[in-house]
Amino acid sequence: MLFLQDIGAYFIMLSKVFRRFTRWSVLKELIIREIDSLIIGSIGIVSFISFFVGGVVAIQTALNLTNPLLPKNLIGFATRQSVILEFAPTFISVIMAGKVGSFITSSLGTMRVTEQIDALQVMGINTYNYLIFPKIVAMLFYPFVITISMFLGIFGGYIASIYGGFCSSADFIEGIQLEFIPYHVRYAFVKTGFFAFILATVPSFHGYFLKGGALEVGKASTTSFVWTSVLIIVTNYVITQLLLA
Amino acid sequence: MIVVEKLNKSFNGTNVLTDISNQFEKGKTNLIIGQSGSGKTVLLKCILGLYGIDSGNIYFENRSLQKMDTKERSVLRQEMGMVFQGSALFDSMTVEENIMFPMRMLTQKSSEEMLSRANEVINRVNLINANKKLPSEISGGMQKRVAIARAVVMNPKYLFCDEPNSGLDPKTSTLIDNLIQEITKEYQITTVINTHDMNSVMEIGEKVLFLENGRKGWEGSNLEVFKTENQSVGNFIYSSNLFKKVREVYKEEN
Repeated sequence: MLFLQDIGAYFIMLSKVFRRFTRWSVLKELIIREIDSLIIGSIGIVSFISFFVGGVVAIQTALNLTNPLLPKNLIGFATRQSVILEFAPTFISVIMAGKVGSFITSSLGTMRVTEQIDALQVMGINTYNYLIFPKIVAMLFYPFVITISMFLGIFGGYIASIYGGFCSSADFIEGIQLEFIPYHVRYAFVKTGFFAFILATVPSFHGYFLKGGALEVGKASTTSFVWTSVLIIVTNYVITQLLLA
Repeated sequence: MIVVEKLNKSFNGTNVLTDISNQFEKGKTNLIIGQSGSGKTVLLKCILGLYGIDSGNIYFENRSLQKMDTKERSVLRQEMGMVFQGSALFDSMTVEENIMFPMRMLTQKSSEEMLSRANEVINRVNLINANKKLPSEISGGMQKRVAIARAVVMNPKYLFCDEPNSGLDPKTSTLIDNLIQEITKEYQITTVINTHDMNSVMEIGEKVLFLENGRKGWEGSNLEVFKTENQSVGNFIYSSNLFKKVREVYKEEN
């Protein structure tokens, strides 16, 4: 019952986010600040993880190609497919649920605990729009992060393959061009868009409606991470079924 | 003036406020006192419109809060200032930005006008050399002054304070109390203060509402506190040895 209540509250929150807009001069600053903390601030960790996981994917693929009849360009092909279809959009999003999601929940939760949200409400400000809308707009730039992840994932695979002696540069480059289907990239970005919306709104919901004190801020961050990850995984399945099956 | 009529409020079937009626007068410091859990903060948040009420009415100069639409409520909110228990300052903004914030959000004033008004209230609350500091860089007493400055910067008709001197030393508490009373008189604001500090009651309690288990227990002024025979008020006030002594002295003198 409480679960259904939460779902209802989430959608009511979303409807309020897009009402009674904060004035543009203020909103502009908030959006820039959110882009800085949610997007720019995530590029470092995303780049690091993507590069090394791309490398691992390439090494594991190479080590599984035991049959001498299989061409070496399959290493590049498998790395590209894994990174573009699944690793960059989905698994980076799950990682971002931990980084960005926890940040959003704890910052809004702290504002709730310290009555800063009440203070905004007393001033007659639409707190949903003021606090959550800039996060949603900032997350429109999330595909940019995923693009970097895709590039560095494949680049990591390339470096690992060449310097690990698993294949030649020409084989790897031939592999990443092999049977390239542009629709797969479109599919990856479509689901990235959905994940961005989940990443902005689900943690906001957990932070905004937090009740209690400092301990609850920690608990809410964990709950927010779990629910954001679950929703990303489920949405991933549904979108894949709809767009690829 | 704010009039509360037969207000009832419950949470999950538990009555928190029962049949509360009271008038909070303009130009006076109206205090709500009572033990922790007596419903003081809930009453304040109901008046502010942060909590919906089960039944009853709240009038702001004959305007019923319950009959207001979103736009009217928004206008009313701009006539309100609130000092929260923990100050509720925006920690990413400087003192000056915190004070200018309501003007930035709700008025069309230019930056110069906002800055000038902010400096005016900063001087009024005696905040010295704190304009560019973050809330974390100033003391609790100064944070309260910033909160008061932010609450009055829009020239509100109604000022609400939730335990404005909690966590402050007695001297700073008295300074904050006096500052709130001076501002109330100066701008002729209807001020409602939620407190359980008996020093505040004695200092600025021009009109005192005592809540007991969510009901109105007693009503009077700080001068009447020592005269009342109300058992509950007595138990609340004279739980402190200091006030027991004060009562003895008062009785001896009268």
